[in-house]
Amino acid sequence: MALAKRIIPCLDVDAGRVVKGVQFVDIRDAGDPVEIARRYDQEGADEITFLDITASSDERETMAHVVEQVAGEVFIPLTVGGGIRTTDDIRRMLNAGADKVGINTAAIFNPDFVREAAERFGSQCIVVSIDAKTVSAEDEAPRWEIFTHGGRKPTGIDALAWAVKMQEYGAGEILLTSMDRDGTKRGFNLPLTAAVSAAVHIPVIASGGVGNLDHLVDGITKGHADAVLAASIFHFGEYSIGQAKQHMAEAGIEVRL
Amino acid sequence: MTSIAIIDYGMGNLHSISKALEHAAPDARVEVTADHGRIRDADRVVFPGVGAIRDCMAELKRYDLVETIRSAASEKPFLGICLGMQALLDHSEENGGIPCLGIIEGEVRYFGERPRDPTSGEILKVPHMGWNQVRHRREHPLWQGIPDNDRFYFVHSYYVEPANPDDTVGAAEYSREFAAAVARDSLFAVQFHPEKSQHAGLRLLANFAAWDGQP
Repeated sequence: MALAKRIIPCLDVDAGRVVKGVQFVDIRDAGDPVEIARRYDQEGADEITFLDITASSDERETMAHVVEQVAGEVFIPLTVGGGIRTTDDIRRMLNAGADKVGINTAAIFNPDFVREAAERFGSQCIVVSIDAKTVSAEDEAPRWEIFTHGGRKPTGIDALAWAVKMQEYGAGEILLTSMDRDGTKRGFNLPLTAAVSAAVHIPVIASGGVGNLDHLVDGITKGHADAVLAASIFHFGEYSIGQAKQHMAEAGIEVRL
Repeated sequence: MTSIAIIDYGMGNLHSISKALEHAAPDARVEVTADHGRIRDADRVVFPGVGAIRDCMAELKRYDLVETIRSAASEKPFLGICLGMQALLDHSEENGGIPCLGIIEGEVRYFGERPRDPTSGEILKVPHMGWNQVRHRREHPLWQGIPDNDRFYFVHSYYVEPANPDDTVGAAEYSREFAAAVARDSLFAVQFHPEKSQHAGLRLLANFAAWDGQP
Protein backbone atom coordinates (compact mmCIF):
# COMPACT_ATOMS: atom_id res chain seq x y z
CA MET A 1 0.00 0.00 0.00
CA ALA A 2 1.90 3.00 -1.21
CA LEU A 3 1.65 5.93 -3.54
CA ALA A 4 2.90 5.00 -7.01
CA LYS A 5 5.71 6.90 -8.71
CA ARG A 6 4.28 8.39 -11.87
CA ILE A 7 5.37 8.03 -15.50
CA ILE A 8 4.36 11.03 -17.56
CA PRO A 9 4.81 11.03 -21.32
CA CYS A 10 5.24 14.53 -22.69
CA LEU A 11 3.98 15.62 -26.09
CA ASP A 12 5.73 18.65 -27.56
CA VAL A 13 3.07 20.14 -29.81
CA ASP A 14 3.83 22.55 -32.64
CA ALA A 15 0.83 23.86 -34.58
CA GLY A 16 -1.23 20.81 -33.65
CA ARG A 17 1.43 18.16 -34.38
CA VAL A 18 3.63 16.27 -31.94
CA VAL A 19 7.33 16.98 -32.47
CA LYS A 20 10.44 16.38 -30.43
CA GLY A 21 13.53 18.47 -30.77
CA VAL A 22 17.05 17.47 -29.81
CA GLN A 23 18.07 20.42 -27.65
CA PHE A 24 15.34 22.38 -29.39
CA VAL A 25 16.98 22.30 -32.81
CA ASP A 26 16.45 19.16 -34.85
CA ILE A 27 12.69 18.77 -34.75
CA ARG A 28 11.13 15.49 -35.90
CA ASP A 29 7.43 14.99 -36.57
CA ALA A 30 5.91 12.27 -34.39
CA GLY A 31 2.25 12.49 -35.23
CA ASP A 32 -1.26 13.38 -34.14
CA PRO A 33 -1.44 14.41 -30.46
CA VAL A 34 -4.95 13.03 -29.91
CA GLU A 35 -4.03 9.63 -31.30
CA ILE A 36 -0.78 9.50 -29.34
CA ALA A 37 -2.48 10.57 -26.08
CA ARG A 38 -5.08 7.84 -26.58
CA ARG A 39 -2.33 5.25 -27.05
CA TYR A 40 -0.44 6.40 -23.93
CA ASP A 41 -3.63 6.24 -21.89
CA GLN A 42 -4.24 2.66 -23.05
CA GLU A 43 -0.64 1.74 -22.24
CA GLY A 44 -1.09 2.96 -18.66
CA ALA A 45 0.38 6.47 -18.58
CA ASP A 46 -0.29 8.04 -15.17
CA GLU A 47 -0.71 11.53 -16.59
CA ILE A 48 -0.06 13.23 -19.91
CA THR A 49 1.70 16.56 -20.40
CA PHE A 50 1.35 18.70 -23.48
CA LEU A 51 4.00 21.30 -24.13
CA ASP A 52 2.89 23.91 -26.62
CA ILE A 53 6.03 24.96 -28.47
CA THR A 54 4.13 26.90 -31.13
CA ALA A 55 5.88 30.19 -31.67
CA SER A 56 2.93 32.21 -32.93
CA SER A 57 0.05 33.14 -30.68
CA ASP A 58 -2.52 32.50 -33.46
CA GLU A 59 -1.88 28.78 -32.99
CA ARG A 60 -2.82 28.84 -29.29
CA GLU A 61 -6.39 27.89 -30.09
CA THR A 62 -5.07 24.77 -31.82
CA MET A 63 -3.64 23.60 -28.49
CA ALA A 64 -6.91 24.23 -26.66
CA HIS A 65 -8.69 22.23 -29.32
CA VAL A 66 -6.25 19.31 -28.94
CA VAL A 67 -6.78 19.31 -25.17
CA GLU A 68 -10.54 19.40 -25.62
CA GLN A 69 -10.49 16.35 -27.88
CA VAL A 70 -8.18 14.40 -25.56
CA ALA A 71 -10.14 15.33 -22.42
CA GLY A 72 -13.33 13.95 -23.95
CA GLU A 73 -11.95 10.42 -24.00
CA VAL A 74 -8.87 10.19 -21.79
CA PHE A 75 -9.67 10.23 -18.07
CA ILE A 76 -6.31 10.75 -16.41
CA PRO A 77 -4.74 14.07 -15.39
CA LEU A 78 -3.72 16.33 -18.29
CA THR A 79 -1.21 19.16 -17.99
CA VAL A 80 -0.63 21.90 -20.55
CA GLY A 81 2.48 24.06 -20.56
CA GLY A 82 3.99 26.55 -22.98
CA GLY A 83 2.74 30.06 -23.55
CA ILE A 84 0.80 30.31 -20.27
CA ARG A 85 1.18 34.00 -19.41
CA THR A 86 -2.13 35.24 -18.03
CA THR A 87 -4.98 33.96 -15.89
CA ASP A 88 -7.06 34.01 -19.08
CA ASP A 89 -4.59 31.56 -20.66
CA ILE A 90 -5.04 29.31 -17.62
CA ARG A 91 -8.81 29.56 -17.69
CA ARG A 92 -8.90 28.73 -21.40
CA MET A 93 -6.84 25.56 -20.87
CA LEU A 94 -8.83 24.45 -17.80
CA ASN A 95 -12.07 25.03 -19.69
CA ALA A 96 -10.71 22.96 -22.55
CA GLY A 97 -10.25 20.10 -20.08
CA ALA A 98 -6.71 20.46 -18.72
CA ASP A 99 -6.30 19.66 -15.01
CA LYS A 100 -3.03 21.51 -14.52
CA VAL A 101 -1.06 24.18 -16.32
CA GLY A 102 2.69 24.59 -16.46
CA ILE A 103 4.02 28.11 -15.92
CA ASN A 104 7.59 28.76 -16.95
CA THR A 105 8.90 32.05 -18.37
CA ALA A 106 5.97 34.10 -17.10
CA ALA A 107 6.91 33.14 -13.53
CA ILE A 108 10.44 34.43 -14.03
CA PHE A 109 9.29 37.80 -15.32
CA ASN A 110 6.50 38.09 -12.79
CA PRO A 111 6.63 35.69 -9.81
CA ASP A 112 3.38 37.17 -8.47
CA PHE A 113 1.61 35.59 -11.44
CA VAL A 114 2.16 32.21 -9.74
CA ARG A 115 0.67 33.48 -6.50
CA GLU A 116 -2.30 34.99 -8.30
CA ALA A 117 -2.85 31.81 -10.34
CA ALA A 118 -2.66 29.58 -7.25
CA GLU A 119 -5.11 31.75 -5.36
CA ARG A 120 -7.52 31.88 -8.27
CA PHE A 121 -7.41 28.27 -9.45
CA GLY A 122 -5.87 26.37 -6.51
CA SER A 123 -2.30 25.12 -6.07
CA GLN A 124 -3.30 21.65 -7.29
CA CYS A 125 -3.42 22.92 -10.87
CA ILE A 126 -0.29 25.09 -10.88
CA VAL A 127 2.89 23.37 -12.03
CA VAL A 128 5.94 25.59 -12.14
CA SER A 129 8.38 24.50 -14.86
CA ILE A 130 12.03 25.11 -14.10
CA ASP A 131 14.63 24.88 -16.87
CA ALA A 132 18.00 24.63 -15.13
CA LYS A 133 21.59 24.19 -16.21
CA THR A 134 24.74 23.39 -14.27
CA VAL A 135 26.84 26.56 -14.01
CA SER A 136 29.58 25.40 -11.61
CA ALA A 137 32.93 24.13 -12.79
CA GLU A 138 33.75 20.45 -12.22
CA ASP A 139 35.92 21.08 -9.17
CA GLU A 140 33.37 23.40 -7.54
CA ALA A 141 30.36 22.67 -5.35
CA PRO A 142 27.46 22.16 -7.79
CA ARG A 143 25.32 25.17 -8.68
CA TRP A 144 22.40 25.30 -11.06
CA GLU A 145 20.87 28.33 -12.70
CA ILE A 146 17.54 29.00 -14.42
CA PHE A 147 17.73 29.49 -18.18
CA THR A 148 15.10 30.75 -20.61
CA HIS A 149 14.69 30.60 -24.39
CA GLY A 150 15.21 26.86 -24.68
CA GLY A 151 18.33 26.93 -22.51
CA ARG A 152 20.13 29.74 -24.28
CA LYS A 153 19.58 32.69 -21.96
CA PRO A 154 20.88 32.69 -18.36
CA THR A 155 18.81 34.54 -15.75
CA GLY A 156 21.25 34.56 -12.85
CA ILE A 157 18.59 32.89 -10.68
CA ASP A 158 19.71 29.98 -8.51
CA ALA A 159 17.57 26.91 -9.26
CA LEU A 160 17.23 25.69 -5.65
CA ALA A 161 16.28 29.09 -4.26
CA TRP A 162 13.82 29.50 -7.12
CA ALA A 163 12.14 26.14 -6.45
CA VAL A 164 11.66 27.07 -2.78
CA LYS A 165 10.31 30.47 -3.73
CA MET A 166 7.83 29.01 -6.20
CA GLN A 167 6.60 26.60 -3.53
CA GLU A 168 6.04 29.55 -1.20
CA TYR A 169 4.16 31.36 -3.96
CA GLY A 170 1.73 28.48 -4.26
CA ALA A 171 3.11 26.05 -6.86
CA GLY A 172 1.55 22.62 -6.34
CA GLU A 173 4.28 20.76 -8.18
CA ILE A 174 7.61 21.38 -9.92
CA LEU A 175 8.53 20.17 -13.39
CA LEU A 176 12.30 20.23 -13.40
CA THR A 177 14.06 20.07 -16.77
CA SER A 178 17.78 19.81 -17.00
CA MET A 179 18.70 21.89 -20.02
CA ASP A 180 22.17 20.38 -20.28
CA ARG A 181 20.57 16.95 -20.67
CA ASP A 182 17.37 17.66 -22.60
CA GLY A 183 17.36 15.73 -25.86
CA THR A 184 20.76 14.12 -25.22
CA LYS A 185 19.50 10.67 -24.09
CA ARG A 186 22.23 10.62 -21.42
CA GLY A 187 19.83 10.46 -18.48
CA PHE A 188 18.51 13.01 -15.97
CA ASN A 189 20.81 15.43 -14.20
CA LEU A 190 20.58 13.42 -10.96
CA PRO A 191 22.44 15.76 -8.56
CA LEU A 192 20.17 18.63 -9.67
CA THR A 193 17.03 16.50 -9.32
CA ALA A 194 17.99 15.22 -5.86
CA ALA A 195 18.89 18.72 -4.67
CA VAL A 196 15.57 20.24 -5.79
CA SER A 197 13.55 17.31 -4.45
CA ALA A 198 15.20 17.70 -1.02
CA ALA A 199 14.70 21.47 -1.00
CA VAL A 200 10.89 21.42 -1.40
CA HIS A 201 7.98 19.50 0.12
CA ILE A 202 5.86 19.53 -3.05
CA PRO A 203 6.22 16.79 -5.70
CA VAL A 204 9.02 17.08 -8.26
CA ILE A 205 8.81 15.71 -11.82
CA ALA A 206 12.21 14.93 -13.34
CA SER A 207 12.62 15.76 -17.01
CA GLY A 208 15.28 16.08 -19.67
CA GLY A 209 17.65 13.45 -21.01
CA VAL A 210 15.88 10.09 -20.81
CA GLY A 211 17.40 7.68 -23.33
CA ASN A 212 16.59 4.30 -21.80
CA LEU A 213 14.51 2.70 -19.07
CA ASP A 214 17.32 2.65 -16.50
CA HIS A 215 17.32 6.43 -16.66
CA LEU A 216 13.70 6.43 -15.46
CA VAL A 217 14.66 4.18 -12.52
CA ASP A 218 17.62 6.43 -11.63
CA GLY A 219 15.37 9.50 -11.62
CA ILE A 220 13.35 7.93 -8.82
CA THR A 221 15.99 6.01 -6.85
CA LYS A 222 18.90 8.47 -7.19
CA GLY A 223 17.16 11.72 -8.12
CA HIS A 224 14.36 11.13 -5.55
CA ALA A 225 11.80 12.46 -8.01
CA ASP A 226 8.12 11.74 -7.48
CA ALA A 227 7.44 11.36 -11.17
CA VAL A 228 9.48 10.99 -14.35
CA LEU A 229 8.69 12.66 -17.64
CA ALA A 230 9.96 11.59 -21.05
CA ALA A 231 9.07 12.29 -24.64
CA SER A 232 11.06 10.82 -27.48
CA ILE A 233 11.65 7.33 -26.05
CA PHE A 234 7.90 6.81 -26.12
CA HIS A 235 6.95 8.64 -29.33
CA PHE A 236 9.20 6.76 -31.68
CA GLY A 237 8.14 3.38 -30.34
CA GLU A 238 11.48 2.58 -28.69
CA TYR A 239 9.65 1.63 -25.51
CA SER A 240 6.03 1.44 -24.45
CA ILE A 241 4.76 2.94 -21.21
CA GLY A 242 3.97 -0.63 -20.12
CA GLN A 243 7.59 -1.72 -20.62
CA ALA A 244 8.79 1.31 -18.69
CA LYS A 245 6.51 0.48 -15.76
CA GLN A 246 7.48 -3.17 -15.79
CA HIS A 247 11.13 -2.17 -15.71
CA MET A 248 10.56 0.20 -12.80
CA ALA A 249 8.55 -2.42 -10.90
CA GLU A 250 11.40 -4.92 -11.36
CA ALA A 251 13.74 -2.33 -9.86
CA GLY A 252 11.53 -2.29 -6.75
CA ILE A 253 9.71 0.96 -7.51
CA GLU A 254 6.00 1.22 -6.67
CA VAL A 255 4.11 1.79 -9.93
CA ARG A 256 0.52 1.52 -11.14
CA LEU A 257 0.44 -1.59 -13.32
CA MET B 1 -33.23 8.11 -17.86
CA THR B 2 -31.57 9.30 -14.69
CA SER B 3 -30.62 12.93 -14.16
CA ILE B 4 -27.44 13.95 -12.39
CA ALA B 5 -26.85 17.48 -11.10
CA ILE B 6 -23.24 18.53 -10.56
CA ILE B 7 -23.26 21.39 -8.08
CA ASP B 8 -21.45 24.43 -9.48
CA TYR B 9 -20.51 26.88 -6.74
CA GLY B 10 -17.36 28.34 -8.25
CA MET B 11 -14.92 25.86 -6.68
CA GLY B 12 -12.94 24.43 -9.51
CA ASN B 13 -13.24 23.20 -12.99
CA LEU B 14 -16.25 20.96 -13.52
CA HIS B 15 -15.42 20.08 -17.09
CA SER B 16 -13.65 16.83 -16.17
CA ILE B 17 -16.32 15.43 -13.87
CA SER B 18 -19.07 16.29 -16.30
CA LYS B 19 -17.25 14.69 -19.26
CA ALA B 20 -16.38 11.59 -17.25
CA LEU B 21 -19.98 11.11 -16.08
CA GLU B 22 -21.27 11.48 -19.64
CA HIS B 23 -18.73 8.89 -20.74
CA ALA B 24 -19.38 6.46 -17.87
CA ALA B 25 -23.17 6.81 -17.99
CA PRO B 26 -24.12 7.67 -21.58
CA ASP B 27 -27.84 7.36 -20.78
CA ALA B 28 -27.77 9.85 -17.91
CA ARG B 29 -28.68 13.50 -18.29
CA VAL B 30 -25.76 15.36 -16.74
CA GLU B 31 -26.15 18.98 -15.78
CA VAL B 32 -23.73 21.44 -14.15
CA THR B 33 -25.85 23.84 -12.08
CA ALA B 34 -26.12 26.10 -9.04
CA ASP B 35 -29.90 26.27 -9.30
CA HIS B 36 -31.73 25.02 -6.20
CA GLY B 37 -34.71 23.75 -8.15
CA ARG B 38 -32.55 21.80 -10.62
CA ILE B 39 -30.57 20.24 -7.78
CA ARG B 40 -33.78 19.38 -5.90
CA ASP B 41 -35.35 17.82 -9.01
CA ALA B 42 -32.30 15.79 -10.05
CA ASP B 43 -32.30 12.05 -9.34
CA ARG B 44 -28.69 12.18 -8.18
CA VAL B 45 -26.33 14.88 -7.02
CA VAL B 46 -22.56 15.23 -7.34
CA PHE B 47 -20.84 17.65 -4.96
CA PRO B 48 -17.31 18.31 -6.28
CA GLY B 49 -14.72 20.84 -5.20
CA VAL B 50 -11.06 21.76 -5.31
CA GLY B 51 -9.23 24.56 -3.52
CA ALA B 52 -9.34 25.79 0.04
CA ILE B 53 -12.10 24.97 2.56
CA ARG B 54 -12.62 28.59 3.68
CA ASP B 55 -13.49 29.64 0.12
CA CYS B 56 -15.60 26.51 -0.31
CA MET B 57 -17.76 27.20 2.76
CA ALA B 58 -17.99 30.91 1.89
CA GLU B 59 -19.17 30.13 -1.64
CA LEU B 60 -21.74 27.59 -0.42
CA LYS B 61 -23.22 30.29 1.80
CA ARG B 62 -23.02 32.93 -0.92
CA TYR B 63 -24.93 30.66 -3.31
CA ASP B 64 -27.26 29.77 -0.41
CA LEU B 65 -26.63 26.08 -1.10
CA VAL B 66 -26.13 24.75 2.44
CA GLU B 67 -29.69 23.53 3.03
CA THR B 68 -30.06 22.27 -0.54
CA ILE B 69 -26.94 20.15 -0.12
CA ARG B 70 -28.02 18.94 3.30
CA SER B 71 -31.37 17.70 2.01
CA ALA B 72 -29.91 16.20 -1.20
CA ALA B 73 -27.35 14.30 0.90
CA SER B 74 -30.10 12.68 2.97
CA GLU B 75 -32.69 12.10 0.23
CA LYS B 76 -31.01 10.68 -2.87
CA PRO B 77 -27.82 9.17 -4.25
CA PHE B 78 -25.20 11.77 -3.44
CA LEU B 79 -21.50 11.73 -4.35
CA GLY B 80 -19.00 14.07 -2.69
CA ILE B 81 -15.60 14.42 -4.38
CA CYS B 82 -12.33 15.73 -2.88
CA LEU B 83 -13.13 19.06 -1.17
CA GLY B 84 -16.79 18.11 -1.62
CA MET B 85 -16.06 15.18 0.71
CA GLN B 86 -14.13 17.24 3.25
CA ALA B 87 -16.91 19.85 3.44
CA LEU B 88 -19.31 17.13 4.68
CA LEU B 89 -17.41 16.74 7.97
CA ASP B 90 -17.90 18.81 11.15
CA HIS B 91 -14.74 20.84 10.96
CA SER B 92 -11.47 21.31 9.02
CA GLU B 93 -8.02 22.29 10.30
CA GLU B 94 -7.34 24.16 7.05
CA ASN B 95 -7.19 28.00 7.01
CA GLY B 96 -6.80 28.14 10.80
CA GLY B 97 -9.93 26.07 11.47
CA ILE B 98 -13.22 26.23 9.55
CA PRO B 99 -16.61 24.80 10.59
CA CYS B 100 -18.04 22.59 7.82
CA LEU B 101 -21.45 21.08 7.04
CA GLY B 102 -21.49 18.47 9.82
CA ILE B 103 -23.30 15.83 7.76
CA ILE B 104 -20.65 13.23 8.69
CA GLU B 105 -19.23 13.52 12.21
CA GLY B 106 -15.49 13.99 12.31
CA GLU B 107 -12.53 16.18 11.47
CA VAL B 108 -10.46 17.14 8.42
CA ARG B 109 -6.76 17.12 9.31
CA TYR B 110 -3.46 18.18 7.72
CA PHE B 111 -0.87 15.58 6.71
CA GLY B 112 1.87 17.89 7.97
CA GLU B 113 4.61 19.49 5.93
CA ARG B 114 7.07 16.61 5.81
CA PRO B 115 5.30 13.49 7.06
CA ARG B 116 7.18 10.21 7.05
CA ASP B 117 6.31 6.79 5.78
CA PRO B 118 5.98 4.73 9.00
CA THR B 119 7.67 1.66 7.47
CA SER B 120 10.49 3.08 5.36
CA GLY B 121 11.04 6.35 7.23
CA GLU B 122 11.06 8.12 3.84
CA ILE B 123 9.94 11.78 3.89
CA LEU B 124 6.72 12.12 1.92
CA LYS B 125 5.69 15.04 -0.28
CA VAL B 126 2.59 17.10 0.46
CA PRO B 127 0.19 17.34 -1.36
CA HIS B 128 -0.42 13.61 -1.58
CA MET B 129 -0.50 13.57 -5.37
CA GLY B 130 -0.84 10.57 -7.66
CA TRP B 131 -2.19 7.04 -7.82
CA ASN B 132 -2.71 5.26 -4.51
CA GLN B 133 -4.43 2.05 -3.54
CA VAL B 134 -7.85 2.00 -1.93
CA ARG B 135 -8.73 -0.92 0.32
CA HIS B 136 -12.42 -1.73 0.61
CA ARG B 137 -13.36 -1.66 4.28
CA ARG B 138 -16.72 -3.18 3.50
CA GLU B 139 -18.80 -4.10 0.51
CA HIS B 140 -20.74 -1.34 -1.16
CA PRO B 141 -22.67 -1.13 -4.47
CA LEU B 142 -20.24 1.58 -5.64
CA TRP B 143 -17.30 -0.83 -5.36
CA GLN B 144 -18.96 -3.28 -7.73
CA GLY B 145 -16.52 -4.43 -10.42
CA ILE B 146 -13.62 -2.54 -8.82
CA PRO B 147 -10.91 -4.82 -7.40
CA ASP B 148 -9.85 -4.35 -3.79
CA ASN B 149 -6.63 -2.26 -3.60
CA ASP B 150 -7.15 -0.78 -7.06
CA ARG B 151 -5.48 2.60 -7.60
CA PHE B 152 -7.22 5.98 -7.82
CA TYR B 153 -5.82 9.46 -8.47
CA PHE B 154 -5.48 11.71 -5.40
CA VAL B 155 -4.48 15.37 -4.96
CA HIS B 156 -4.90 16.71 -1.42
CA SER B 157 -3.03 17.97 1.63
CA TYR B 158 -5.84 17.39 4.16
CA TYR B 159 -7.57 14.11 4.94
CA VAL B 160 -10.86 13.07 6.48
CA GLU B 161 -11.06 11.38 9.88
CA PRO B 162 -14.66 10.29 10.57
CA ALA B 163 -15.63 10.02 14.25
CA ASN B 164 -17.46 6.80 13.53
CA PRO B 165 -15.07 4.26 11.96
CA ASP B 166 -18.05 2.50 10.35
CA ASP B 167 -18.50 5.49 8.02
CA THR B 168 -15.22 4.61 6.27
CA VAL B 169 -15.84 2.31 3.28
CA GLY B 170 -12.43 2.71 1.66
CA ALA B 171 -9.03 3.35 3.22
CA ALA B 172 -5.70 4.49 1.78
CA GLU B 173 -2.28 5.00 3.33
CA TYR B 174 -0.05 8.02 3.19
CA SER B 175 2.08 8.45 6.30
CA ARG B 176 -1.00 7.05 8.08
CA GLU B 177 -4.22 5.32 7.18
CA PHE B 178 -6.99 7.72 6.19
CA ALA B 179 -10.53 7.58 4.84
CA ALA B 180 -10.38 7.51 1.03
CA ALA B 181 -14.15 6.91 0.88
CA VAL B 182 -16.98 7.34 3.37
CA ALA B 183 -20.58 6.21 3.03
CA ARG B 184 -23.79 6.39 4.96
CA ASP B 185 -27.25 5.56 3.60
CA SER B 186 -27.57 7.22 0.16
CA LEU B 187 -24.41 9.30 0.62
CA PHE B 188 -20.99 8.30 -0.76
CA ALA B 189 -17.94 10.54 -0.74
CA VAL B 190 -14.41 10.07 -2.02
CA GLN B 191 -11.15 11.88 -1.43
CA PHE B 192 -9.75 10.81 -4.81
CA HIS B 193 -10.85 12.01 -8.24
CA PRO B 194 -12.90 9.29 -9.98
CA GLU B 195 -13.07 11.51 -13.08
CA LYS B 196 -9.26 11.27 -13.36
CA SER B 197 -8.84 7.64 -12.28
CA GLN B 198 -9.23 5.95 -15.65
CA HIS B 199 -11.01 2.54 -15.61
CA ALA B 200 -11.58 2.31 -11.85
CA GLY B 201 -12.88 5.86 -11.69
CA LEU B 202 -15.23 5.50 -14.64
CA ARG B 203 -16.56 2.27 -13.15
CA LEU B 204 -17.29 4.03 -9.85
CA LEU B 205 -19.13 6.80 -11.72
CA ALA B 206 -21.12 4.24 -13.73
CA ASN B 207 -22.00 2.47 -10.45
CA PHE B 208 -23.12 5.78 -8.98
CA ALA B 209 -25.33 6.53 -12.00
CA ALA B 210 -27.02 3.15 -11.54
CA TRP B 211 -27.15 3.10 -7.71
CA ASP B 212 -30.53 2.96 -5.97
CA GLY B 213 -29.10 4.66 -2.87
CA GLN B 214 -29.27 1.55 -0.68
CA PRO B 215 -26.04 0.86 1.22
